[in-house]
Amino acid sequence: MLRLLSFALFLVIWWVAALAVGGAKLPSPPAVLQVMIAEASSGALFLHLGATLARVALAFTLAMSLGSAIGYLMGRVKLADRLGDPWLILLLNLPALVVIVLAYIWAGLTEAAAIAAIAINKLPTAIVTLREGTRALDRSLDEMASVFAMPRWRAFRHVVLPQLAPYIAASARSGLSLVWKIVLVAELLGRPNGVGFEIGVAFQLFDTPRLLAYSLTFAAVVLVIETLLVQPFEARANRWRPRAA
Amino acid sequence: MRLEVDITGKTFRSAAGGTHEVLAPIKFALQSGEVGVLIGPSGCGKSTMLRIILGLDHDFAGRVARPPEARVGMVFQEPRLLPWRSVEQNVRLAAPEVTEAKLSELFRILELDAHRSHFPGELSLGLARRVALARAFAVEPDLLVLDEPLASLDDALAGRLRDEIATLVASRPVMTLLVTHSLDDAIRLGDRLFFLSPRPARILAEVPIGIPREARGEAEIAAIKAGLARDVS
Repeated sequence: MLRLLSFALFLVIWWVAALAVGGAKLPSPPAVLQVMIAEASSGALFLHLGATLARVALAFTLAMSLGSAIGYLMGRVKLADRLGDPWLILLLNLPALVVIVLAYIWAGLTEAAAIAAIAINKLPTAIVTLREGTRALDRSLDEMASVFAMPRWRAFRHVVLPQLAPYIAASARSGLSLVWKIVLVAELLGRPNGVGFEIGVAFQLFDTPRLLAYSLTFAAVVLVIETLLVQPFEARANRWRPRAA
Repeated sequence: MRLEVDITGKTFRSAAGGTHEVLAPIKFALQSGEVGVLIGPSGCGKSTMLRIILGLDHDFAGRVARPPEARVGMVFQEPRLLPWRSVEQNVRLAAPEVTEAKLSELFRILELDAHRSHFPGELSLGLARRVALARAFAVEPDLLVLDEPLASLDDALAGRLRDEIATLVASRPVMTLLVTHSLDDAIRLGDRLFFLSPRPARILAEVPIGIPREARGEAEIAAIKAGLARDVS
């Protein structure tokens, strides 16, 4: 209910601002809605949204699984941490644009290049978060698992993973928002479809309603994914914590 | 089965760079069915010794021979339960082979029936300690290590749990190593008492208790205590 109210407030502010600055710079909500409906009925909206979502899903999965594995390794093994740390700092500070442009130059304007470039941008933050999580693991529980001779996989699943879950959730949440932002740049620069491509077209035509129609639909999808996937995962991972009264 | 401990020394390097001797040479052995009790002042190195015996610490001089197939049940000083798993899951994860009948019996004895599906964060320390005991018993261990298992429990419950430990020890050929501050617990449960010196720990005296556990009434216990007081002074 409160969320709905907050959303309504957003619409009101938007509408008032649109009236103040004029439709050319900021179209009113109904004007944007009209474009959304038109694009949706032609099928273009779903095509571009689908293409972008597929790229996000692939790049996100790739970066999260690889980043979690590397982060865990670096948190556990000192040598891996020492060897990996300079690479990590380099990756963390590499601008997204550089990675994307280089990927397109080296691998051509291909799907693989785009997805790899997006994944590489997310990778270091996933590593850093999971490394912190791994460093914070409770040693006394490791000892307990070892004394009771728990098999490796069982210990990982029941002793280690629940401790990492909040870190994975945090990394997924920040990662999703990062991937969203970067995927559009990658599409703008070198893909023939996707929300980023459409935004590029809208920019060239200075077509603000179209730009807003695509970016807002996209934002709505993100919100739905966050609500339906990320938050339930977090709630499940934290259900053992005594709730604050 | 037999546990042989022959530690010739253990030093510890502090952050300031100095080396500290934690354990002096310590040698003892424990047979199946025997309860050895380690009694010593706080900080004398008992926990370090336990970690070495359990194979958690390999950085020491000497030798610990533990049958490789021996199942280990351990009650740590703090309960060390998995906060994200229920009481029942905590026990089952450590003892996957435990039968429902055995589990029910343990929960009944330890009065944990009502708490099976609770998470450790919802338990008092006393209850959490009982869960830790249930977990160690459920394993049906060959080597049972108890690090002050009865601390912070009220006398009545501590007494009942002590009886349960005695029953378990009697029911199976288990080697038990008990660390305690309580001379009373030591005399009621132990077959052999090892009195440890302050750090670096060494064995000051090894006192066998001749009377079988089940024959130790209050009079016998008082007599043993008096005897010990005479020996130590």
